Amino acid sequence: MQSYSLFSVLRESLRGHTGWRPTWRDAAPKTAYDIVVIGGGGHGLATAYYLAKKFGEARVAVLEKGWIGGGNVGRNTTIVRSNYMLPGNIPFYEMSMKLWENLEQDINYNAMVSQRGVLNLCHSDAQRDAFARRGNAMRIHGVDAELLDREAVRRMYPFLDFDNGRFPIHGGLLQRRGGTVRHDAVAWGYARAADSHGVDIIQNCEVTGFRIQNGAVTGVETTRGFIASRKVGVAVAGNSSRVMALAGRHMPIESHVLQAFVTEGLKPVIDGVVTFGAGHFYISQSDKGGLVFGGDLDGYNSYAQRGNLPVIEDVCEGGMALMPRLGRVRILRSWGGIMDMSMDGSPIIDRTDIAGLYFNGGWCYGGFKATPASGLCFAHLISRDEPHPLARVYRLDRFTTGHAIDEKGMGPHPNLH
Amino acid sequence: MRITCPCCGERSLDEFVYHGDATVRRPDASAPDAMTQFTNYVFIRANPAGAHRELWYHSAGCHAWLVVTRVVATHTIVGVELARDVAARRVHENREVA
Ligand SMILES: Cc1cc2nc3c(=O)[nH]c(=O)nc-3n(C[C@H](O)[C@H](O)[C@H](O)COP(=O)(O)OP(=O)(O)OC[C@H]3O[C@@H](n4cnc5c(N)ncnc54)[C@H](O)[C@@H]3O)c2cc1C
Ligand SMILES: [Zn+2]
Repeated sequence: MQSYSLFSVLRESLRGHTGWRPTWRDAAPKTAYDIVVIGGGGHGLATAYYLAKKFGEARVAVLEKGWIGGGNVGRNTTIVRSNYMLPGNIPFYEMSMKLWENLEQDINYNAMVSQRGVLNLCHSDAQRDAFARRGNAMRIHGVDAELLDREAVRRMYPFLDFDNGRFPIHGGLLQRRGGTVRHDAVAWGYARAADSHGVDIIQNCEVTGFRIQNGAVTGVETTRGFIASRKVGVAVAGNSSRVMALAGRHMPIESHVLQAFVTEGLKPVIDGVVTFGAGHFYISQSDKGGLVFGGDLDGYNSYAQRGNLPVIEDVCEGGMALMPRLGRVRILRSWGGIMDMSMDGSPIIDRTDIAGLYFNGGWCYGGFKATPASGLCFAHLISRDEPHPLARVYRLDRFTTGHAIDEKGMGPHPNLH
Repeated sequence: MRITCPCCGERSLDEFVYHGDATVRRPDASAPDAMTQFTNYVFIRANPAGAHRELWYHSAGCHAWLVVTRVVATHTIVGVELARDVAARRVHENREVA
């Protein structure tokens, strides 16, 4: 693999940039692998990377039906944080945060990890109490959290609407180590690193069926032929139910659409991530200058990668209530992605009842931040056939046993998580 | 996407509240496998990419519960019925079977 460094950039600029090589091989499928990972999103690529690098697996393939980075990994709003509250979630997301902090050195790729701080605003006394509780839960687990009063928030973001008649700002919970990461660079960086450790990344290769014999998987049918493998990991996000249905399994998951928006490019306006606590609206500014923002799910089952007007209006109303100056900015684009909404709002990283078939999904609207930890834990599970200690709670049977992890306390209503 | 309510006509989406898959049925609590059946009823969904029968409540309109059949890959609505009629039909069919 060509190593990237300041020196290589200088050398190439002197050679007219003629020496750069493709970042990964466009591999053709072999007839058999030790491990096949379905889905070339962030989670599938990270899984393949850790399988090869950390667990020494030599014959690994990632099968992607389109092109890598074309799914949610290239559609999200790039926010990473570990401000969770429940015991099973905090250690997992904190491990992910630590992996982000070291990712670029690990994979020799600039993923533009930017710890610019994530600030959740509160608008009532009750909400401040809830934030104090969440902040304490985080700090007990060794995660950074600061409860800010109104004046401290004002010093950071003087332009917010502090005296809004309905939703005055009372303060906020700040995680300074949270921030943003360039989403498609994560896909490309993991792809390049996995490829350099011998992983075959096979694009335009849709999995259309599983071969299962005596309760064990023996391979997958694809649009590019049969590929034999005794271990298959499914990491297909919004398509989880469809792919698992090919193995005859129904999942505790619904697919929903989430929209996001970007405005025309502006000079630096907002240097961190801010979320509105009285509706659902969050905003940050990309390095190109566009304001990137989003809000709630549309709220109905969907496999269409686009949403409807009512949610667009709702998001924009939230934005205007928080940051009135937004009204002068023009929206450039909006888009949608299909979320694998689980029944308790938490992910699943587990074996299935079919030997050799492993499942990773249920990431809801928050799986980007989980990418490194999800990849590491899924690789651990597949390679050793044993769950990673920090992902032990993400079991598939937790809905049967009553161990649901419902961070938001919404019950089994995926559209409300 | 707009929903044509049988009572109110074609209305904007923000008048409706969504309540998910309309095909799940509360199981018989005295069945021997009631535990499994209830788990499936509460948590497991077919989540198809094609036609999906789903419940919508016309909260800012006539307050009727609707069963909407919608192709979720394209958001095309292919049928809207009053949930009341769907339930009545099911009771009728069950009687005929019995
Ligand atoms: C608008 C939006 C905003 C979001 N914002 C955030 C955020 O700020 N922070 C955060 O943490 N998360 C966020 N998310 C969620 C996050 O993007 C997802 O949870 C995460 O990317 C899902 O994992 P993935 O990257 O592996 O998925 P994907 O990139 O979707 O990868 C799955 C891949 O599987 C492939 N596939 C599907 N079926 C098959 C098949 N049969 N055969 C082969 N391949 C197949 C797909 O083509 C796809 O490339 C957001 C999502 C959206 C849509
Ligand atoms: Zn009506």
